[in-house]
Amino acid sequence: MIAKRTRDQLAQRVAQDIPEGAYVNLGIGLPTLVANHLPKDREIILHTENGLLGMGPAPPPGEEDYDLINAGKQPVTALPGAAYFHHADSFAMMRGGHLDICVLGGFQVSVTGDLANWHTGAADAIPAVGGAMDLAIGAKSVFVMMEHTTKDGASKIVERCSYPLTGIGCVTRIYTDLAVLAVNGQRGLSVIDMVDGLTLAELTRISGVALVMA
Amino acid sequence: MIDKIERNSQRALAGIKDGMTVMIGGFGGAGQPTHLIDALIACDVGELTVINNNAGNGETGLAALLLAGRVRKIVCSFPRQVDSQVFDRLYREKRLELELVPQGNLAERIRAAGAGIGAFFSPTGFGTELAKGRETRRIDGRDYVLEFPLTADFALISAFKGDRLGNLTYRKTARNFGPVMAMAARVTVAEVQSVVPVGELDPEVIVTPGIFVQKVVPVSQDLA
Repeated sequence: MIAKRTRDQLAQRVAQDIPEGAYVNLGIGLPTLVANHLPKDREIILHTENGLLGMGPAPPPGEEDYDLINAGKQPVTALPGAAYFHHADSFAMMRGGHLDICVLGGFQVSVTGDLANWHTGAADAIPAVGGAMDLAIGAKSVFVMMEHTTKDGASKIVERCSYPLTGIGCVTRIYTDLAVLAVNGQRGLSVIDMVDGLTLAELTRISGVALVMA
Repeated sequence: MIDKIERNSQRALAGIKDGMTVMIGGFGGAGQPTHLIDALIACDVGELTVINNNAGNGETGLAALLLAGRVRKIVCSFPRQVDSQVFDRLYREKRLELELVPQGNLAERIRAAGAGIGAFFSPTGFGTELAKGRETRRIDGRDYVLEFPLTADFALISAFKGDRLGNLTYRKTARNFGPVMAMAARVTVAEVQSVVPVGELDPEVIVTPGIFVQKVVPVSQDLA
């Protein structure tokens, strides 16, 4: 019996790897959950692309301020020590290599760390990229957080991405409901951990790519 | 005496013409100059190119401008939203051209225009379809794409406090694109929550110095 990680367990697993003192950007969607699991004994500063360092949790009902929102346009709060800045400075923090970690969702990650997460390429889809490409190439470490397979059971970890790319060779680690994988450039993927009940052979079969233990 | 205060928002947009490029500040609703957008709709100009991070929410503000059929092309990073139905329909009906730009490149192209930079190399988007066919260069082992500045005839932005010299402060994350757009446009019009006397804004906390601003429109006293 394979003990798949729930979304919260996955968020908790990612949070474990965010060290004291880190400046971190959590992408929209699944990565937002990581904020709920950051260890209370670590001082971690959250960045939001629309111009805030020191982002805090959502305000209590009735105290929303729509001048104070996150990248997903939800009301948030600013913690003591927070700073506001304009968009060019915010993206300089990414592109300039000042952010330690960003956590992004993914459609596909290749064995060499290419990321596809902005567009399915479907003819009727309306394309939207936002800050995904800047985050992918900007942060010192890029963690991708996603389910290991699609609803149809196809692996989201692939030899080559079939969806349009967000960035080339930009992913550092992949966190899924089954395993945590390190990207090692051209040397492929290694398994840092996997859930109970899973063997390397089974994980390799599900993933459809070569894996080694880290 | 310099006095950039203009209480009539439509008069603040004097000189705006068909086919012009207009930057509109805001990230979703935060920092969106809805008052000036309403004035722009009343100006009865069309065929505009609009530069904004998004492409309108609901049916107010930027979405209302699109709905009024005034926009030919939009340059933005994230048009698709849960409430972007106006954009979605016009785009699918091919009545609106879209230039999709990664958000950081959008901000930096606007900043570059305001700073007099001819072009710059950005690592964002290298090897992706958004950089297809573009000039690239490898510098110190890293790959970059050549990006050109984005200028505009007008920038419409929203700020918190302003004075008659055009000095501006902003409020929280509503700052977003305001400061860079103010630098990049030939004419910048800022709507402000309140106008304060010259000297009241602490020079240490002015975010946009008045040199970048041509008109300041107080939103609460527009009919005065």
